[in-house]
Amino acid sequence: MNLRELEPGEVRGRVGDVILALEGVSLSFGGVKALTDVSFDVREHEIRAIIGPNGAGKSSLLNVINGVYRPQQGRVTFRGEVRAAMEPHHAAAMGIARTFQSLALFKGMTVLDNILAGRNLMMRSNVFLQALRVGPALREEIAHRRRVEEIIDFLEIQHVRKTVVGRLPYGLQKRVDLGRALAAEPRVLLLDEPMAGMNIEEKQDMSRFVLDVNDEFGTTVVLIEHDMGVVMDLSDRVVVLDYGRKIADGTPDEVRSSQAVIDAYLGVKH
Amino acid sequence: MSASARNLTIAFFALLAAAAVSPMDFGEARFPQWLEIVIGGLMSGVLYSLVALGLVLIFKASGVFNFAQGAMVLFAALTLVRLMEKMPFVVALAVVLAVMVALAWLVERLVLRPLVNQEGIVLFMATLGVAYFLNGLGQLVWGADVYTLDVGMPKEPKIILDKVFEGGILVSTEDLVAAVIAGLLVAALALFFQKTATGRALRAVADDHQAAQSIGIPLNRIWVIVWSVAGLVALVAGVVWGSKLGVQFSLQLIALKALPVVILGGFTSIPGAIVGGLLIGLGEKLSEVYLGPLFGGGIENWFAYVLALVFLLFRPEGLFGEKHIDRV
Amino acid sequence: MIYRETGQFKTTYASDQQLFPILQDRVFVIGFLLFAFVAMPFLASDYLFRAILTPFLILSLAALGLNILVGYCGQLSLGTGGFMAVGAYAAYNLAVRVPDLNLLVVFVLAGLCSTVAGALFGIPSLRIKGFYLAVTTLAAQFFLDWLFSRVGWFTNYSSSGSVAAPPLEMFGHPIQGPAEKYLFVLSIVSVFALLAKNLTRGAIGRSWMATRDMDVAAEVIGIRPLYAKLTAFAVSSFYVGIAGALWGFVYLGGWEPLAFDVNRSFELLFMVIIGGLGSILGSFLGAAFIVILPIALNRLPTALGMPLSTATVSEVELMTFGGLIVFFLIAEPRGLARLWAIGKEKLRLWPFPH
Repeated sequence: MNLRELEPGEVRGRVGDVILALEGVSLSFGGVKALTDVSFDVREHEIRAIIGPNGAGKSSLLNVINGVYRPQQGRVTFRGEVRAAMEPHHAAAMGIARTFQSLALFKGMTVLDNILAGRNLMMRSNVFLQALRVGPALREEIAHRRRVEEIIDFLEIQHVRKTVVGRLPYGLQKRVDLGRALAAEPRVLLLDEPMAGMNIEEKQDMSRFVLDVNDEFGTTVVLIEHDMGVVMDLSDRVVVLDYGRKIADGTPDEVRSSQAVIDAYLGVKH
Repeated sequence: MSASARNLTIAFFALLAAAAVSPMDFGEARFPQWLEIVIGGLMSGVLYSLVALGLVLIFKASGVFNFAQGAMVLFAALTLVRLMEKMPFVVALAVVLAVMVALAWLVERLVLRPLVNQEGIVLFMATLGVAYFLNGLGQLVWGADVYTLDVGMPKEPKIILDKVFEGGILVSTEDLVAAVIAGLLVAALALFFQKTATGRALRAVADDHQAAQSIGIPLNRIWVIVWSVAGLVALVAGVVWGSKLGVQFSLQLIALKALPVVILGGFTSIPGAIVGGLLIGLGEKLSEVYLGPLFGGGIENWFAYVLALVFLLFRPEGLFGEKHIDRV
Repeated sequence: MIYRETGQFKTTYASDQQLFPILQDRVFVIGFLLFAFVAMPFLASDYLFRAILTPFLILSLAALGLNILVGYCGQLSLGTGGFMAVGAYAAYNLAVRVPDLNLLVVFVLAGLCSTVAGALFGIPSLRIKGFYLAVTTLAAQFFLDWLFSRVGWFTNYSSSGSVAAPPLEMFGHPIQGPAEKYLFVLSIVSVFALLAKNLTRGAIGRSWMATRDMDVAAEVIGIRPLYAKLTAFAVSSFYVGIAGALWGFVYLGGWEPLAFDVNRSFELLFMVIIGGLGSILGSFLGAAFIVILPIALNRLPTALGMPLSTATVSEVELMTFGGLIVFFLIAEPRGLARLWAIGKEKLRLWPFPH
């Protein structure tokens, strides 16, 4: 299955050039500093993990990347476009998709509709054609339905495709969240704690999905994760945050043996 | 008050002052008239605040937007006026108070408790149902005529500052007394909230229902108390407005005006209800006098709402409301 | 036993996505439509048409419009009466000032006027949410109330403030008589209901529901809140405007500004909530409930052998109305449509309990 077409000039190989870069990003809410002078880059096709103790600012970092939060300082460069801040739907249009720690699914809609909503960006027919549901509008619906069904097959949630999302167990909801992000055929996928609240088998399934997405479709993955085993197994490079600052940046082995990281996790005063 | 809210309010009053001065010659003859209008506007603003206060109280404590507040005002005034035909004022007042408490208990038991986890819009519609019910009940039991409410409010307008301005300024003593009553009520409520244990419990509930419950605050009783206090506020508002305008159905429509007041002030702020009421009352009066002729009159029907709308565009949570941060 | 899906396999996405995928549903709906269009005109009395069916249909259309805004897109609006008024007065002015215009064209243009008004008053929804938005829609309501009663042009400078709609005729054929008016309205409402269903099933419907459920997440997946909210206001106002024009022209024949006041707005909101938010069927069920209720309440005292004075009846009506609303919200907050869905679920299993 070809979930994402290659763009002209894009080489499908392993890790490529820098596709996303943050420089000197600082973010605060009122008096609370969520991020202080964070800089790092993400290379295309790699799996980049962001780890750190609770409250380190990891989710805020993701929110800055796709434009939900505006940083007070610093800038984000994505695919060559430099911006101080992005609007979320612009980020989506540029090819960034994400999942959420607290799911943020559309609880009143079915699984199918939730994932189809992820493809709204690509739907072009206007109001009148949609109202009549003929010709191009109908063809578009069916074409996108086909793609969404492929994603549903990939995530093995066929049996619940017409269930209202609010009624699904947590693990399946997480898959729908992932499916909705995948539906946009993104260049970069931001995953916010995709394994949270899962048991061993569910984590294995989710890890497999993440690896497949990265392997087969070349999607760059940036993921926040607490499970060290998962992080060490899956990721190419790791960024470590603590109290809103970057304290380490490198391969899993480098990071694992960094004293600063060990101190941060053990809670050594600094 | 936040910086932007303060700036907005200052700008508003500056604009009013400019409007007052600009079309006029600077002769003394016009200025007193402007002052009269401003004072009149502020006073009617106080009366709006009274009704808004009830709304804010209930929203703060139970998260319910009580659309029946207006109906409560009318019901309280109606009951009082009819009871006063049979018994002295003070006794009637006590009876009405008891009735409002009973009403609060009934609403909590029959409406709030069964709907406790529903969305805001469902609760709002439920209070709409309560409003219709109260209207029907009030008319059924007490009749649908217009009643004059005489609680001894002074009717003679007073002339003040006649040494400073020629002819002095006409002030409605009734409105003045109403403003004083409202002020006393607010002060009493403030004391109640800050100094008593029940007041503290009410503030806890307003902040976080579940947390309050987990420290042993009985949510249901709190709600009965809050609705009773709102009933008391409704009664005072009913007395004041009813004495001024007569007790009739249209009293309820005035209560509808409390909505833009609450919007301006923010749903959860008592000082907001006061400031909002003053701003609305003032804005309405001034707009009717100065802008009205441009539009052919009658703009006070919608001016308050449009004013609230404009304010909201700059500050969607209201002047004193809590800013909502979307956490994803 | 009867309502089973066994044996009904779908082999294409198109057939899976059709409006009534279950055969029994299709049969029922077609039968129902045939009954409504063909049998009803012969079976129903004039009173039934005039007092129940025609107002029910027109109000369903308005409720549909409001449901799109409140139920599907989650934007609370209390100004629906005002937008009905826009449609009605626009239709009136078009019909009176451009006399040769085809009636359907008049209605569509009136709907478009209402669309513009709706989109305009919908702009604040980009900044303002929830109850705050509801109160600002009241600004629209009261402003439009004032506009149509103060500015004489709208009423063609009528001295009393009320207007009379010109007689209805389509392609030279006059539409008189309750049965003809009923068929006229039924046709329009059926078409619009289908269009609404298609919209809510399509991309735009998903953008509405996504905005309703979690607008931040919707924005993150690329749904522009501006587009979603304004289209909801626009489509909703279109429906409501046409309903207003129909209400004035077909049902009332003539009206004064109070016909579309804030009570009408609340009435429509009740229909939508009692019928079911986010449901096309719910809009119809809610409208039926609200139309039939006062008539039933009116008849009940005499039926029970307790004749009461008209004043008392109306007061008791108010009380019962309020009480029923509260009762209904407690019993089934998701509305009549949910009850219908539960009924269908039970029917699928019948005669087995589970």
